[in-house]
Formats: sequence, structure tokens, C-alpha cells
Amino acid sequence: MKQFSPFQLTITLAAALILLFIIAPLVGMFVSTSPSDLFTTARDVEVQQSIKLTIWVSLAATMIFALAAIPLAYLLSRKDFPLKSIVAGIIDLPVVIPHSAAGIAILGFVSRDSVLGKMGSAVGLNFVGHPAGIAVAMAFVSLPFLINAARDGFSGVPIRLEKAALTLGASPARVFFTISLPLAWRSIVSGLILMFARGMSEFGAVIMVAYHPMITPVLIYERFGAFGLKYARPVSVLFIMISLAVFITLRILARNKDQKSTPHA
Amino acid sequence: MLELRNISCSFPEFSLDDISFSVCDGEYFILLGESGAGKSLLLETIAGLNPVKSGTLLLDGKDITREKIQNRGIGLVFQDHAVFPHLSVKENIAYPMKGKHLSAPEKDKIIEEITHILQISKLLNRKPATLSGGELQRVALARALVQRPKVLLLDEPLSATDSKLRSELRTLLRQINRMGQTIIHVTHDFDEAVSLADRIAIMNQGSIVQSGAPQEIFGNPVNGFVAHFAGIRNFFKVAIEHQDGKCIARPGKDVPVVIGEYTENNSGYILIRNEDILLSSSTFESSALNNFEGLVTDLYPSRSGMEVVIDIGIRLHAQISRESAIKLKLAQDEKIWVHFKASSVRLIAS
Repeated sequence: MKQFSPFQLTITLAAALILLFIIAPLVGMFVSTSPSDLFTTARDVEVQQSIKLTIWVSLAATMIFALAAIPLAYLLSRKDFPLKSIVAGIIDLPVVIPHSAAGIAILGFVSRDSVLGKMGSAVGLNFVGHPAGIAVAMAFVSLPFLINAARDGFSGVPIRLEKAALTLGASPARVFFTISLPLAWRSIVSGLILMFARGMSEFGAVIMVAYHPMITPVLIYERFGAFGLKYARPVSVLFIMISLAVFITLRILARNKDQKSTPHA
Repeated sequence: MLELRNISCSFPEFSLDDISFSVCDGEYFILLGESGAGKSLLLETIAGLNPVKSGTLLLDGKDITREKIQNRGIGLVFQDHAVFPHLSVKENIAYPMKGKHLSAPEKDKIIEEITHILQISKLLNRKPATLSGGELQRVALARALVQRPKVLLLDEPLSATDSKLRSELRTLLRQINRMGQTIIHVTHDFDEAVSLADRIAIMNQGSIVQSGAPQEIFGNPVNGFVAHFAGIRNFFKVAIEHQDGKCIARPGKDVPVVIGEYTENNSGYILIRNEDILLSSSTFESSALNNFEGLVTDLYPSRSGMEVVIDIGIRLHAQISRESAIKLKLAQDEKIWVHFKASSVRLIAS
């Protein structure tokens, strides 16, 4: 029989406790929710609209902000410039500040009196209480996940390959799109999925910018405040299930694409 | 023709200083030097990957010092091949042809020609991860050649290859050069340089120490570094004395070496080929004017017999056959007599 040393036993126990800590509340919530409650909640139009809104706004925020975040990640991985470490610290800032405080900051940034707010008003767009405002709030707190993952991905691409492409007559833009981006793609996709998932789950920053239209985390909060745990729980379970389904689907899609482009050994 | 005029570049902990040489069309030019001499940095500078601090780079008379990398018409094959791992062999080779206004059949024809020469036609649909080192080297060569570069730069193309593959690749490189391709090839291997080069430049610490035809360099090394690199072990800086119409070189205080040729100089270098040194267990009358008793400090097998190191006040290297070593009962710390003729001492004036 396999012998466990006291050290191995201790770390196994610690790992089991942490796993239990994560799983237990979620399992408890699932167990406490009856299928009929779940079914009823799934047919609730307000819940359906809220989940749809959460998914598409987070997706849109991820896609739009990725257009600038990916080049920024490339810049951080390839160029040395003064105060680079401070720039890296600034990028991580949204992760460490309280999200309600982040929401207040964004509110000031997109309110009608701000430059961005005035620009939006000029084209008939009011960020506050609008999906565009929600997207900005979601992006603010979730961008570091994409930037950091993409930067790590680009750092893993040998500079020599980019140099080789340049000597083969490619322009720097073609080198980026044909060499750097495809080779860093796996990390970038991971970052995109993380940013999307983090955006979907954001509550603190979003509620400051837009209580309505209601994204699902805000709806859960509202149901809990107005009707209690019994009514908030099925929405939570449903949202977790849908989030997991989306998350797993994206992972599978990304893995399939990756396998198709990976050389056969 | 590629011409470097007083090229200098600065890097964080290294610099290339005042480098000048020219490479004629169709020439096979070798940059020879130890690791860290700056050879690869120089190649990358010619390709345009490093900024030039001062000096001029001319290609066919046109100043390309600050020309964009992609417009230089110079191909570079990296030491680690740098074949794109996410593209097939065919996609790798076709990479430089994008945007060249060639039709698909024209591209295919060029790929077919080049892959036929490099014997990689059967690998076109393979991914780089499935290829051997030699195959990767050929793919990298094909990819560089397909853009028809005016000058092809090769960074240590034969390193990390076994002797059979090395021989095959040497033949291939000669073949490519015979087709008119100008090549600049970087290596640290003396034999490789001699076997391929029309001309050689020896680099040390970011500078060109000497350049010329192989026989010119190895016949007249300008200093001990070049001599050592050329496999010449008996190369000494000497003070020269003049006695009775003869020149006596002193590589060591108590080592008077008679030189066959006369010079008015008071200093210089002497060079004695290993195989010109005779060894004997006792002194004997001979026509050799240089006879010294010394101590065997080292002996080891070499390609053509035994290499013997004898301390006569300076350390001389002699090349003898295994049979001679057995006959003389050579052993470390044993005394031995060394003989060489004055005419076998080459004097290089400083």
C-alpha cells in the first residue's frame, strides 16, 4: 500500500479544504434550488433579457476593447520605454481597486459633464443607464486579464521569427498579422475568454453606471433585496449554468482551432 | 557588390568597430571568429536588423545603410533556422513571394525549382515540427533563396549538424554559390572556412582583424590571434638581433632562434609549422641551425599522428607520427631534443 509522508498528507488535506471551500457554496446553491423553480425562472422574460444583455454587452466590450488592448500588449512585450514598469502597474490597477470605487471613477468619466459624455451626447448617446456605459464599466475591470495574457503570449514568440519575416520582405504590419498574432493566439484567446467571463460577472462597477437596463448580477442583487434569498437563488443558478456553458464552449472552440493549427508530431 | 565602409554599431554591452570589407558578386565570403566576436551581430546589421551608428553600407553602389529591411534585397538564414512553426513547409517557402504580383502557377514553379535543388520537394505539406535539423536548414535556405537575394547571409549554417549532414550541406552551399549566389557565411570553424571560402575575414571583439584569401591569411597571419585561429601553434612575437650577418629572433629570453631570411627590423613575429620540427632523443650533427633541449609537457593524439608540446623556454608544438612517438618512447616530463632549420622559420615583420 502506498505510504503518505506527513508532508504529503498535509498538502493533500490543504488542497482538499480549498477545493471544498470553492465547491461547497455552489453545490449548496444548486441543491437548494428545485428544478421547477429553475424552470420558472428560465421562462421569466426579465431574467432572459437580463442574461442576453449581460452576454452581448460583455462580448461587445471584449471585442471592441481587444482592438486596442492587443496592440498595447504587443508593445509591452516588445518595446522598452521609460516608466514601462509603471505602465504595467497602471494596467493592473483595475484588479486591485474596489470595483464600486472603479464604478464611481467611470461614472465621472462617462457622465454628461465629461468630455466623453459630451461627445456621446453629440451623437445622441448617453452612457449612464445605457449598454454602452455598462460595456465601459465591464471593460475597465476586465481589461487587465486580456492585456496580461496577450503580453505573455507575445513574449513567448521568439523575436528571431519576427526578424526572419522582416528579412523575407514582410512589412512590420505583415509580420504582426502573419507571425506574432498567430503564434500568440492561444494566449490571446485565453485572455479574451477571461475578459469576457470577468465582464459578465461584474457587479460593483456596473451598478454605479447603469442600474437599468439590468445585467444579471444587478438583477440577482435586486431580487435578493426585494424578495430575499429564495428568489435570488434560481437566477444565480441559471446564470452560473449559462456562464459555464458559454465558458466551456469557447474553450472547446479555441482548443479545436488550436489543434487544427498545431503541427502533427 | 556589397561594401562595408567603416561600419560601427553600439549595443548595450558590445560594439562593432570600424568594419570595412567588400564582397564581390558571386563570391563566397566567410566571417571567421570565436563565439562572441560579433559575427552574428554584423550579419544582422548588414540585413538591417541593427541600427548603424556610423559608416556606410553599399549594395551595387547604392547606399542601403538606412534602407528598410524588407527593401534591401538581402536574405538571412538564422543559426536556429527561424522556420515559422505555424506554417507548412510550402507556406514558409512562399512567404517572401506574397505581394510580389506573381500568379499562383508562377509561385508554384519557383517553389518547385528551388525545392528540387534543395531536395525537399517531398516535404512541402509537412509542418516544421516534424522535420529534422538538416531538413529545417534546407527549408530556411529555400525560403531565403526564393526571394532571389543579391546577397545571402548564413549564420553558422553547419553548426549542430553531424559530420555526414555537414558534408552534404557544404556540397549544397558550394552548389548554390556556383549558381552565382553571393554568400556571406559566419562560422567559428576553421576547416569549414577553408573548405568553402573564396575569401575570409577574421573577427575578434567586434573588429575585423585580417581579411583576404585563405592561403594569404594562413600564410601570413597578422597576429597571434589569427595564427591560433588558423591552427598555427608556433607563432611568437620576437625581438630581433643582428649577429655576423645573421638574424637571431628571441621569442624567449634564452631561446635564440636563427632565421633564414634577413631583416633590418628589430621586432616581428616568427612562425614555425608543427610538421617542420624534428624530435630526437639525443643531439646529433645536422644542417639544422636551431637545436634545443626541452621537456615534454604534453602529448596527445591528433588527426595525423601525435601532437607533442615541448618546453624549451617557449612552448613549441611538434607534429609527429605515432610510430615515431613509440620509437622515441615519448612521455610527459621526459627530456627531448628539438631541431628545426633556419629556413623553416617564417618571419613576419610587425
